[in-house]
Amino acid sequence: MLVKQISVFLENKIGRLAEITELLGQNKINIRALAIADTTEFGILRLIVDNPEKAQEVLEDRGFAAKQTDVIVVKVADKPGGLAGILKELKKSDLNVEYLYAFVKQSGENALVVFRIENTSEAIKVLQGMGVEIISPEEIYSL
Amino acid sequence: MKSFTKEQVLEEGKNSIEFLKREELEKIQVNRLKKTIERANNSPFYKNIFKKEGIHPEDIKCTDDIRKLPFTTREDLRENFPFGFIALSLNKIVRVHTSTGTTGKPKAIFFSKKDVDEAAGLIARCMRMTGAGPGDVFQNMMSYGLFTGGLVFHYGAEKAGVLVIPAGAGNTEKQIELMRDFKTTIVHITPSYALYLADILEEKGIDPEEELNLQVVYLGAEPYSQKTREKIEKIYGVNAFNCYGLSEMNGPGVGFECPLKDGLHIWEDNFILEVVDPLTGEPLPDGREGELVLTTINREAMPIIRYRTGDITFIYPQVCGCGRTHRKISPIKGRTDDMFIIKGVNVFPSEVERVLMDTPEVARNYQIVIERERSLDIMRIRVEIKKRFFDGSLEHLKELQEKIKSKVKSELMVTPRVELLEPGTLPRTTGKSKRVIDKRRL
Repeated sequence: MLVKQISVFLENKIGRLAEITELLGQNKINIRALAIADTTEFGILRLIVDNPEKAQEVLEDRGFAAKQTDVIVVKVADKPGGLAGILKELKKSDLNVEYLYAFVKQSGENALVVFRIENTSEAIKVLQGMGVEIISPEEIYSL
Repeated sequence: MKSFTKEQVLEEGKNSIEFLKREELEKIQVNRLKKTIERANNSPFYKNIFKKEGIHPEDIKCTDDIRKLPFTTREDLRENFPFGFIALSLNKIVRVHTSTGTTGKPKAIFFSKKDVDEAAGLIARCMRMTGAGPGDVFQNMMSYGLFTGGLVFHYGAEKAGVLVIPAGAGNTEKQIELMRDFKTTIVHITPSYALYLADILEEKGIDPEEELNLQVVYLGAEPYSQKTREKIEKIYGVNAFNCYGLSEMNGPGVGFECPLKDGLHIWEDNFILEVVDPLTGEPLPDGREGELVLTTINREAMPIIRYRTGDITFIYPQVCGCGRTHRKISPIKGRTDDMFIIKGVNVFPSEVERVLMDTPEVARNYQIVIERERSLDIMRIRVEIKKRFFDGSLEHLKELQEKIKSKVKSELMVTPRVELLEPGTLPRTTGKSKRVIDKRRL
């Protein structure tokens, strides 16, 4: 149920981002989704890729601090209010969303939302209880 | 108590020890040096050394004989913290100051009642030399507390007969209010704060030259250039004097400029001054640049012999035009080590390093960048995070940043900015790498 996200520590240098994407490209690793969280001094690049193991390996070989983080990816109806219902339910169950980011596979279809929630097993229960479709790692990696 | 007018006090100064003939001055030095060796022999540190090296007061026949004595270093003071250097019983000691900017073991400097008084006397002498006296209002903008720049100067200023405002450091609004309310004529301030204060005055639309009563500024605790001095003099419409001191030698007032403002007189009846080659320790002739070495010869509680200050300067070979016979040193040109001064605090990169070494999340490789932003000094610590501590959480990185910041602040008394870097981004150099990048234009 859990998807491995790659988190990379980045000083706020746009050149580094280019380097990472190029490095992954050379190693035939596909980026499915990407988000950057930053402060004024530094940031973290979050990546969903088709081969997280390999991605971490090549990044670390190049000297980057890269980590795998467990995230939950769910399918959300790509229409107004789609996400709100899910968030409300998580809040009701006292589950704290550390961060999330979304990507739309193809317009008109469902959106995919990546959740980072501390208590993952509990979150999965809640989401399943709501009938939300959770995307399996295999499905994500082979998108 | 008898009161004097400023004119009387200044007149009195002309007959003082400041103008003593060289031969007479040197006689005093030899006598006091002998006495210092006798006294120092009561301290555990010197007793041990004198015994080992067979040093006796009778070995001293002229001031040059000081070269027979070993040097004392900053490390000696640290290693023998807190009481290893005291030469009096503790019940005769009335004050302790510790040096700024040290972690772990600081340097402790002890004063007897007489030492406090003598140190104050030297400050009073410095102030009188610049024309200060009864009727002047003196605002001390140096930090009070363990730092000598506040209290030691304060006592001296009282001795000089001026009205003292113990304002302390910072709190700019209050400083301005005090200067206006009490018509402050003299301030003791760091050059960087003087420039900062000028900016704030300008913002508030206060013309320092017109609306303040300032006449004299004592610039201390930080090295600065002639240009900075001229700038401060112009902005405030004052005479600015360079003062030199270090806590190991009482604090401020070791050296001070006379009205000619060309070099700082070192009070040779209280200190023996030498300039040595920092590498070999060999004494250098006057006029040659090297490391300043000072010996206290008028201190009871804690005599220090041939102290390697780490400050680079030279002794003026010629007699000063003001008539004072005490020799002058040039303004400090730099350091023999990589110490730097920020906001009046001495910072050794090794101390920053110690904090970082206690922080397992970061690597040992680091860089310190010092910049000046709006006349205020900023210390940026750039440090690489360790790969294995990175867990993908932005919060944890922010916490780490805060942790380093507060640790450095509590141990060094300077709040840094902390920059977390990717592993391997700082240049690796073999041997002594350049840790400190000082971008300030002094």
